[in-house]
Amino acid sequence: MEGILNAVVLFSNFVLIPGMAYGSQLALGALGVTLIYSILRFANFAHGDLMAFGTMFVILITWWLQSIGVGIDPLPTALLALPFGMAAAIAISLLSDRFVYRFYRRNKSPAVIFVIVSIGVMFLMNGLVRVIIGPNDQEFGDGARFLIKVREFKEATGLNEGLALKLSQGLTIAVTFVVVIALFWFLQKSRTGKAMRAYSDNEDLALLSGVNPDKVVIVAWVIAGSLATIAGTLYGLDKSFKPFTYFQLLLPIFAAAIVGGIGHPVGAVVGGYVVAFSEVTVTYAYKKFLIYLVPESWEPESLVQLLSTEYKFAVSFVILVVVLLVRPTGIFKGKVL
Amino acid sequence: MTSSMRGPICFAIMAVLLAIVGFGQSWSVALSILNLCLISSIMALGLNMQWGYAGLFNVGVMGFAALGGVAAVLVSMPPIQEAWAAGGWDMLWTLAMLVVTVLAVLSVRRLVPSGGLRIALTLLVLLCGYGLIRVFFDPAVDAIEAVNPAKTGYLGGLGLPILLAWPVGGLVAAGAAWLIAKIALGLRADYLAIATLGIAEIILAILKNEDWLARGVKNVSGLDRPVPYEVELQASAQFESWAHAIGMETLEASTILVKLCYAGLFLAVLVVIMVLAQKALHSPWGRMMRAIRDNEVSAEAMGKNVTRRHLEIFVIGAAVMGIAGAMLTTLDGQFTPGTYQPLRFTFLIWVMVIVGGSGNNWGAVLGGFFIWFIWIEAEPAGLWLMDFLTSGLSPESALRAHLLQGAAYMRLCVMGLILLLALRFSPRGLIPDPVRR
Repeated sequence: MEGILNAVVLFSNFVLIPGMAYGSQLALGALGVTLIYSILRFANFAHGDLMAFGTMFVILITWWLQSIGVGIDPLPTALLALPFGMAAAIAISLLSDRFVYRFYRRNKSPAVIFVIVSIGVMFLMNGLVRVIIGPNDQEFGDGARFLIKVREFKEATGLNEGLALKLSQGLTIAVTFVVVIALFWFLQKSRTGKAMRAYSDNEDLALLSGVNPDKVVIVAWVIAGSLATIAGTLYGLDKSFKPFTYFQLLLPIFAAAIVGGIGHPVGAVVGGYVVAFSEVTVTYAYKKFLIYLVPESWEPESLVQLLSTEYKFAVSFVILVVVLLVRPTGIFKGKVL
Repeated sequence: MTSSMRGPICFAIMAVLLAIVGFGQSWSVALSILNLCLISSIMALGLNMQWGYAGLFNVGVMGFAALGGVAAVLVSMPPIQEAWAAGGWDMLWTLAMLVVTVLAVLSVRRLVPSGGLRIALTLLVLLCGYGLIRVFFDPAVDAIEAVNPAKTGYLGGLGLPILLAWPVGGLVAAGAAWLIAKIALGLRADYLAIATLGIAEIILAILKNEDWLARGVKNVSGLDRPVPYEVELQASAQFESWAHAIGMETLEASTILVKLCYAGLFLAVLVVIMVLAQKALHSPWGRMMRAIRDNEVSAEAMGKNVTRRHLEIFVIGAAVMGIAGAMLTTLDGQFTPGTYQPLRFTFLIWVMVIVGGSGNNWGAVLGGFFIWFIWIEAEPAGLWLMDFLTSGLSPESALRAHLLQGAAYMRLCVMGLILLLALRFSPRGLIPDPVRR
């Protein structure tokens, strides 16, 4: 019995909790991608760098707040700085829309042109982030480190295995929960949200019913910029901030959006968790886990790891391809690109 | 300016720019830029075939270039006998198991009618195959990587001349492209982009982590060279007298001669590929390609096999990228998987094609020259600009030092701006693809 409990704790500690946190971060990112896709109708390659851009401002403001001694211990100071980062991300999104995307929208350019344009925006943001904060890892987390500590958990339960819940992980899950609820409420109940859904569903009919397209687009960018900053900040607190990593997040985020059904907000959230848990479960070494469960003579000698952690991109990719081949609309019947 | 004069004028401007670098900085620098311009043009040509001829949105250029690079290692480095003795057989067994697994999966899919049973059987076969492969693969990797890990720790190559690696690099990339095309080419543009982006990352992940293949991030250096070494030239009395005859230092003359040799080789490859590309573009096949690009549905209605043509052009374009990748590794003299970055190896090539003129081979070549030139020269220019902008701050200011440090990344912004401006004001590029009637 104790063996099973130990195995469960071990599994929660190394798979369940990290997977939940990572999945939440991907879900927030994928929500932004899916929203831009459903309103502006293109896959935004600059989203990873938008995340990096917003997070960079959060970091800069956090450092400034730390230097003048303002904080909300035990919570990380970055939460105080979050609104400023969101404002910066929204500002640059709106600027890029005004000076770049709007031209092509009015010309009714094909989606591929939008994607190439978003690559240009990606270069710009990528360069800006590296010029301003540099290409290296940045630390900006402070406050308490753990909600549950390994030692305390062991003492309280008397088990061999400890459970650790980092504050950043708890925060990620809680914030994602709140944000997703708020976003769904907005999309389902509010007037603007309904207008956005109508616009996404059928542009002509929405225009005919008096939906203001400029407003819809602006709101879409505001939400996408905010979500990107929140996702980026949570990822940075949980792991670390490095511009290149954020660029690379693009792939799992796209995978999440497509797996769930692109253009479908619920799908983006579910897709985020599907991709995250696939990555974590496939790259986890099950040796210790199995030792607790199987009789001694069956104990595995190898690590029992399906793929080494360096190949986690392959997991997102394989999911992506399988979904595209088997069910191109995704789990929740989104649009086909 | 008539459109027929545009190309020559643009190339003349490019030559003048390189000459300015030659006189202003040094000829050695100018030749280094020229060499990479040539390689970039070849990569841009490959991408132009996929995007410009056929409208295939490939964002995996980096992967094909890296495959070309690893081919240079596998062809030219001498084989490591101890490593082969230690793990060679197990590695061959792994390969055999891989082939058996693939064949088994294919035959299951052919023999069993589609449905739940087929999916279950396929998964079962895959799982068994995976287990069998790991049984041979794991000890093989351990044995190979244990052989003198500081210096080798990999299987080595074939020990052949490195010039052979260029076509081989093309073949390796083409093979990979064929596999990818089989899986991903049915997808629409945006999805193909995301899929190829992922594939490039996976290829790089494999090259970085499979140390037994090409030492991973430990790099393979000291690759064979197709041109003489500077030291040998300096040592030869004949070369010394020749250098003095044209009024140059021996040291400078030797580096310049080596770079000229590379430039000659690269130019030869570029000319060959360019001639073939132009011939293909103006052949009935090229016309069919453009017809498919401009209107897929009507081309299909005319009985053209769109999927087949897309597969062909994807493979051919990837082969050209692979050749360029092998050439790049040859020029560097080492294979460093850690330096492959999507911005530099994928998206920069995209900027080249878009700015040069998608669909036009001359445009792609010009774009390769022009964008690479800016990419290199934007670094000192960015530094200078930042120095100027921050000159109001005190020299000890930490902010100024930080900004100066980051100034090199200004070139990413410059590239973004160029791409956006080109798309907005000259969407058909510097040398547009002529509208044929």
